[in-house]
Amino acid sequence: MSFINYSSRELNCKIVYYGPGLCGKTTNLQYIYNKTNPQQKGKLISLATETERTLFFDFLPLALGEIKGFKVRFHLYTVPGQMFYAASRKLILKGVDGVVFVADSQAERMDANMESLDDLQINLSEQGYELYSLPFTMQYNKRDIPEVVPIEALNEAVNTTNVPEFEAVATTGVGVFETLKDVCRQVIFELKKHY
Amino acid sequence: MNGSNLVVYEDEFKKIDEELNNLHRQANAKVVFLVDKSGQLISSVGATHDLDTTSLASLTAGNIAATGSIAKILGEQEFTILFHEGEKDNLHISLVGERIILVVIFDQRTSIGLVRLRVKKVTENLEKIFEEMTQKAEQEKLESKLEDSPFAEISDEDIEKLFM
Ligand SMILES: Nc1nc2c(ncn2[C@@H]2O[C@H](COP(=O)(O)OP(=O)(O)OP(=O)(O)O)[C@@H](O)[C@H]2O)c(=O)[nH]1
Ligand SMILES: [Mg+2]
Repeated sequence: MSFINYSSRELNCKIVYYGPGLCGKTTNLQYIYNKTNPQQKGKLISLATETERTLFFDFLPLALGEIKGFKVRFHLYTVPGQMFYAASRKLILKGVDGVVFVADSQAERMDANMESLDDLQINLSEQGYELYSLPFTMQYNKRDIPEVVPIEALNEAVNTTNVPEFEAVATTGVGVFETLKDVCRQVIFELKKHY
Repeated sequence: MNGSNLVVYEDEFKKIDEELNNLHRQANAKVVFLVDKSGQLISSVGATHDLDTTSLASLTAGNIAATGSIAKILGEQEFTILFHEGEKDNLHISLVGERIILVVIFDQRTSIGLVRLRVKKVTENLEKIFEEMTQKAEQEKLESKLEDSPFAEISDEDIEKLFM
């Protein structure tokens, strides 16, 4: 749900990074946080376990600049990927404007990827959203690991509708901003349709 | 999208701010702010200068969402008021209609009783304002005043600039 304030001329949008446990969602936000100018970002808040697994969510507010005199803010969230945090994942999706699905490129995580994508679709539909009518970007992460699943196979498994896809190594930042930019672009063009 | 975007125009924003200012003064509170359930800060008044209101907004929404789900599991209605007592500051969180959260931060210069009383009154007013706002947004859409929308002309270039 975008929040458009004509009084303070602000536009706020919510983007959620979704995907199976350990696929690299938090790492994406940490990289973005580290590479963004201090005046363009707020605090990175991580509600995490002792072992740095996301427990509820990560939150990073970005104020990237202005469009047509409106300050544009993106609020980035990650969900906890571990299966048993299902209830929390639903809550984070509340009012989402755009989704990034971070898939883990390792062969042994393919089932987890597909399960998480199903979970995403179910949770969205419970709130009256349809995944493929939302701004939606796919990221294939961990491309640095040897012998990962080829892109064609990943596309076949989790990207049958051909949304924009990006190869990434979140730890070093490869593909991280490309992914973010794509989902932001989709979110803004969606607004353009309606306002 | 599904038409649930929150659009606040200048007039309504002024009215909302006025209500928050009244509450802030009458309840003798430190800070008063409004958040929507997705975590976006709508407006804040009071001693906010050294307060990270953006983080507060997102955490408050998370808090309400979590306790709301707990209520559901228990077969309760959504809890409409949450109260956290700290050593210095206290936090009073309540719902305004279906999708807005009102947060009051206060200390020993006032009392929970007074805060509650004032919150109740202001909530009624705010609910009316938000109702009018929703109607207005729908009306504008119908009359498609969209020609002069600031977003109609957005180009790829504008978006590129955000990331430079
Ligand atoms: N080799 C490699 N490791 C990565 C990459 N991205 C993330 N990791 C590592 O994978 C582990 C998990 O990353 P997180 O970002 O915490 O994963 P997450 O998706 O947030 O996990 P949950 O919070 O449990 O859902 C960390 O040790 C990261 O350093 C990558 O591109 N390549
Ligand atoms: Mg995480």
